[in-house]
Amino acid sequence: MSLLNFFGRSRRSAPVARDRLQLLLAHERGLGGGEDLAAILQQEILAVIAKHIAIDSDRVVVKLDRGDQVSTLEIDIEMPETALSRT
Amino acid sequence: MSKVVVVTSGKGGVGKTTSSASLGAALAQAGQKVVVVDFDVGLRNLDLLMGAERRVVFDLVNVVQGDAKLAQALIRDKRIETLSLLPASQTRDKDALTEEGVGRVIDDLRESFDWVICDSPAGIEKGATLAMRYADLAVVVTNPEVSSVRDSDRIIGLLDSKTQRAESGERMEKQLLLTRYDPARAARGEMMSVEDVLEILAIPLLGIVSESPDILSASNVGCPVTLHNPGSPAAQAYSEAARRLLGDNVAVSIPREKQGFMSRLFGRKAVA
Ligand SMILES: Nc1ncnc2c1ncn2[C@@H]1O[C@H](COP(=O)(O)OP(=O)(O)OP(=O)(O)O)[C@@H](O)[C@H]1O
Ligand SMILES: [Mg+2]
Repeated sequence: MSLLNFFGRSRRSAPVARDRLQLLLAHERGLGGGEDLAAILQQEILAVIAKHIAIDSDRVVVKLDRGDQVSTLEIDIEMPETALSRT
Repeated sequence: MSKVVVVTSGKGGVGKTTSSASLGAALAQAGQKVVVVDFDVGLRNLDLLMGAERRVVFDLVNVVQGDAKLAQALIRDKRIETLSLLPASQTRDKDALTEEGVGRVIDDLRESFDWVICDSPAGIEKGATLAMRYADLAVVVTNPEVSSVRDSDRIIGLLDSKTQRAESGERMEKQLLLTRYDPARAARGEMMSVEDVLEILAIPLLGIVSESPDILSASNVGCPVTLHNPGSPAAQAYSEAARRLLGDNVAVSIPREKQGFMSRLFGRKAVA
């Protein structure tokens, strides 16, 4: 792959641009200028956790990937050391 | 029937003003009565590209606010009789324009011209929405580059929601003008191809203008490229786009790597 990259495809960045745009715009068109769903989820999930555990806002990462067939919601919460040592 | 065209893009610096001047001149050269209107209040440039910067006395803001008559503000081109310019103000800001004031000016312009070409400022704020507000047709100027395509998509959304046509349930016609295209880089896969951009934005193609030094020299001397260097590829691209606007069925030439070696691909019937 890296050899192929090096010799044949290193300059062919246009297909990457096209694919990234297609994904992004499918998402943005769906929003219709409204708020970012991932941002709303991030805030609300953070609020629930913060009720029980002191946690930094950047420890909760919410990613939404909309595909043609399947969309995925990925939630990554990093627990602070102190929250676990208390038990 | 006169036609109001907005030349818009969202992203700045993609070639809206260049395209407004060139399409306006090309339409006028084809015998049409044309006025190009600069909506970039505070950052006017259309006067400069048309070589009229020293003839500006009154501007769009003066007319909208009733401080000058339309006839006093219009500047008749010295080279093409049927081409006029309505300049923007350099000292005011876009808040000096009101929706109904602009509507009145556009209505008046419709009386005397076949084509009213509105050069939109960049962005999606008031200046851009006012420029598109009363348009019958939008020319979406896009460079084959991710941020430009994304912003064009956004502008297409605004055209379909914020214009008078859209609000009254009519179809807002939109056509893509791909500018600063580099055939050699597209052939090497370094730049998105015409097909890529068309597939993503999904609006009909009005024309393709390659990256060209002739555009810079035309702007240096303040003369639209269709007048300054009519034989150049950029001038031909704009002239053909103008003919499509007039309803001629001219195939769009996709610029290929070697200049002069054009292949005619998409046959299409343009706007009626
Ligand atoms: N086909 C082209 N080839 C080479 N240079 C070009 C081409 N089209 C436009 N340019 C250059 O790009 C620059 C920006 O063009 P222009 O002012 O028309 O863009 P704009 O969209 O009106 O910008 P703004 O958003 O600031 O109003 C100018 O320097 C112009 O000469
Ligand atoms: Mg401009």
